[in-house]
Amino acid sequence: MSVVEEHRPEVGNARLRKEDAHLVTGQTNWTDNITPPGTLHIAILRSPMAHARITDIDLGPARDRPGVVAVFSGRDVADEQGTLPCAWPVTEDMVHPDHPALAVDEVRFAGEAVAVVVARDTASAVDALEAIEVDYDPLPVVLDMEAAVADGSPLVHADKGTNSSFTWVFDSAEAGTGGSVDEALGDAEVTVSRRFLQQRLIPSFMEPRSVVVDPTGGQFTMWSATQIPHILRLMLALTTNTPEHKLRVVAPDVGGGFGGKLQVTPEEVITLVAAKRLHKPVKYTETRSDSLLTAHHGRDQIQQLDLAARRDGTITGLKVRLLANMGAYLGLVTPGVPLLGAFMFNAIYKMPAYRFECTGVFTNTAWTDAYRGAGRPEATFAIERMMDELAAELGMDPMEVRRRNWIAHEEFPFTTVAGLTYDSGNYEAATDKAMELFGYDALRREQAERRERGDPVQLGLGISTYTEMCGLAPSRVLGSLSYGAGGWETASLHMLPSGKVEVVTGSSAHGQGHETAWSQIVADQLGVPFEDVEVLHGDTRVSAKGMDTYGSRSLTVGGTAVIAACGKVIDKARKVAAHMLECAEDDLEFADGSFRVKGSPGSEKSIQEIALATFAAHDLPDGVEASLDSDATFDPENFSFPHGTHLCATEVDTETGMVKIRSYVSVDDVGHVVNPLIVDGQVHGGLAQGIGQALFENAVYDSDGNLLTGTFVDYTVPSPADLPAFTTARTETPATTNPLGVKGVGEAGTIASTPAVVNAVVDALRPMGVNDVPMPCSPHRVWQAIQDANGGASS
Amino acid sequence: MIPAAFEYVRPDSVEEAVSALRQAGEDAKVIGGGQSLVPMLRLRLALPTTLVDLGRIEELRGVRDDGDAIVIGAMTTHHDVLGDALVQRYAPLVAQATETVGDRQVRNLGTFGGSLAHADPAGDLPAVAVALDAQMVVAGSSGRRTVPAADFFVDYLTTVLEPDELLAEVRVPKLDGWGVHYEKFHQTAQAWAIVGVAAAVRRSNGSIAEARVGLTNVASVPVRGRAVEAALAGGEASAGAIASAAEQAGEGTSPSTDLTGSAEYRQHLSRVLTRRAVSAAAGL
Repeated sequence: MSVVEEHRPEVGNARLRKEDAHLVTGQTNWTDNITPPGTLHIAILRSPMAHARITDIDLGPARDRPGVVAVFSGRDVADEQGTLPCAWPVTEDMVHPDHPALAVDEVRFAGEAVAVVVARDTASAVDALEAIEVDYDPLPVVLDMEAAVADGSPLVHADKGTNSSFTWVFDSAEAGTGGSVDEALGDAEVTVSRRFLQQRLIPSFMEPRSVVVDPTGGQFTMWSATQIPHILRLMLALTTNTPEHKLRVVAPDVGGGFGGKLQVTPEEVITLVAAKRLHKPVKYTETRSDSLLTAHHGRDQIQQLDLAARRDGTITGLKVRLLANMGAYLGLVTPGVPLLGAFMFNAIYKMPAYRFECTGVFTNTAWTDAYRGAGRPEATFAIERMMDELAAELGMDPMEVRRRNWIAHEEFPFTTVAGLTYDSGNYEAATDKAMELFGYDALRREQAERRERGDPVQLGLGISTYTEMCGLAPSRVLGSLSYGAGGWETASLHMLPSGKVEVVTGSSAHGQGHETAWSQIVADQLGVPFEDVEVLHGDTRVSAKGMDTYGSRSLTVGGTAVIAACGKVIDKARKVAAHMLECAEDDLEFADGSFRVKGSPGSEKSIQEIALATFAAHDLPDGVEASLDSDATFDPENFSFPHGTHLCATEVDTETGMVKIRSYVSVDDVGHVVNPLIVDGQVHGGLAQGIGQALFENAVYDSDGNLLTGTFVDYTVPSPADLPAFTTARTETPATTNPLGVKGVGEAGTIASTPAVVNAVVDALRPMGVNDVPMPCSPHRVWQAIQDANGGASS
Repeated sequence: MIPAAFEYVRPDSVEEAVSALRQAGEDAKVIGGGQSLVPMLRLRLALPTTLVDLGRIEELRGVRDDGDAIVIGAMTTHHDVLGDALVQRYAPLVAQATETVGDRQVRNLGTFGGSLAHADPAGDLPAVAVALDAQMVVAGSSGRRTVPAADFFVDYLTTVLEPDELLAEVRVPKLDGWGVHYEKFHQTAQAWAIVGVAAAVRRSNGSIAEARVGLTNVASVPVRGRAVEAALAGGEASAGAIASAAEQAGEGTSPSTDLTGSAEYRQHLSRVLTRRAVSAAAGL
């Protein structure tokens, strides 16, 4: 007879994270901590030239250096290294150049790997790099996208005959989702045209990338600081001639990724090739400077927008033309990143006509790929800036312009002009809450007073009413976009004989808190204690299949798979329980972790008792296997659409250009919340990165293609000292497309905050004639914008 | 990143240190707290053959009273400078600027003398030393010599120190009854100054009797704002007079253009920040 206590709901409980105690006390298992016996260490020689032909490499002197075991160049491994994969050929005729892990004949960006030293210790390997002689024959460099697509430009890949990788178009008139944007612009009462630059950013994960490959035992085990152990395993199998079943990939503790570890990297291939050649464990751990130079970069778009509207503020059409910088090569999902934005420029607004056109451009720079938000921050920035510009053009309050155009609460589900169906949302509720927390009207009054008295420190208010598409992704949609894989997720559940639970997820956490959130979900589903659930992930031997973690997908897709796996275990346990209790399955109800016979108090079996009975298997019903395990895969029918309203107040010192964020309010609607603490943490971190783009971060190359921001002295990521205290709040409009009603929160703060901040900066300066400040809005750029607007009158 | 190989010497006295430098030749480098040098070593931007570590030389640490000046040992950490009663009493401008150096970890390891001898024009302390007419006491093979701060800084990362010399201590003249302010302008908390201005003002009745101004990161060396000082001296301690004098702040500057700002912007900031620094020092 078991004693069953009522199970208090775990979902919604701000549990401290299971992960944190070991992370903050150094009990961690980072890749660089893993050193199998006899491990050799790699150092990589990188190109100092942005574009050059390699005419000769002399590796001989490096081989003679102390501690050196092997030295090789791209020519030595040309056949073994294959070409790095791009899984997203967005058009049939996409120009897709080979992407060698180690350059063979030509380097195309500064930092490209040219030669490898393998030594008994890292210091010997690094020292030996200096003994390698490389002769480079410089080739013309092209860095600017508009120059790269102009006639006669130097070519990044001469054999391709063009620097344009693809042009991808969505037109609502052609798609049947709306009218012709050119007609809308022609007929418009008012048009607003703007050109925005999405500067290049560098995903600054805390743990630099690291990879260890151990070839011991006839299979290859790769530990890597990656977001995507499953995708990595498959891609390496396909590109390096390593049978998939002989390759195990493990993502141990991973210190952040932000998209920057959503990649199959040259360093992973090089380390695998070295381990294969030398039959020894091999390790590579990058330095921060290597990371800034060569880990893929993000953003980097030139955006041209033309907005058509009526004088009352109603939008009648939007035309978007993008140049998206691919860098020198295509990474895993590089071409797809700007196209995720194609569905988001229309944002929360109803518009009758829309056209999006994007050309991917090769330049002699590090390749770009996903960075927190991936296409959606760029789109959200542009449309939210445009809404403010439209308001200024019409002399309307910027929130009023938004209200006039957004999808009303009662209009959901709503199919947008970009063809997505937003299942749910309540923009009014989120906005009302944000306006109240912010004190919008009082701040507007203070702004007017400061303007009146000519205060050198002006106040600006910035708005961002955003949405995003999360829960990547319905496999059918990915197929229609030519992506090379599906968007499902897996979960497995194992009821152990003692009643404890192992849940295996195909989603691969690298800081998100899966172990905590998944435990909360399983605890509620099975009625077991939170502490009794162990979440396993990030090892292809433990979870054979998965689609990993990116695009705010883990909870909506992976969490739903966990629920499905729980359901299968409960179904099976019901059979056993019915047998044990000698009743029909239909007579049983399952609650608080126990099956009870309806109307027969005291007649019950706990899930733990059933687990033990199933393990013993002494008396199982016919046809029931002796295990209480399950596997489930969930493929979403639709994306999820978190939204929210962010408001920012900036004080701008017009004498120096310094921007200070005085207050920041975010009201996010991410649906139901499994763990409020985790959600708050995601929002805070997201805000920091979005504000980083707005005010601080910028990856800069000089005119020869050398990265000038190769350390954190020059690539300025904000620290807590540079950020305000955030006011965060939520509304809860559940998603209708998954059983938890969740929508995802990993990217919301980043997507929303950049335009809120820049709108606030521009709003402060608008009376001075400023209608844009290029990002990042550094003091110098803000000051320069003021000078440019008033001819330097206040200098 | 891993530094290239070098010899390492850790002497117990200034004499031993100088002797080690003489023996090691031109490519030796003195290391104090290492907060500037170690990153350069790790990036292999500095490739010394020998490092002479002053960390064990007790006589180079601490602050003492020496009549009309206080003397700060070159190996005194920023943290210890900040907490020193003599510095707080007689050289509060040093304390204010020191408080803005790096972050807490840097201030716990980095040294007063190291910051000066490194001679980064974006460093905060060189402009303060120049503004306060500090005297740099240099130890070398032929004994000690004293160099005025104004003559100590030669160029970007370059001082008058010979290869066999080290900065031993710094004499900072006492300023009693002066108002001081260090105005550091930087975007992120840990960043170098885009421009910084150190100001010290002695007021007499309603006027400014005397002023000292030093500018950070507006040339390859710290710059003394002589023209501003002359314009302020004897003038009114008023916002208008100070603003007018601060218009001279660009004189003698030759700022560089980098990622944080153009030369023109730095000259503009020199004027704005000089006005603010002097106003704050004058108690306005």
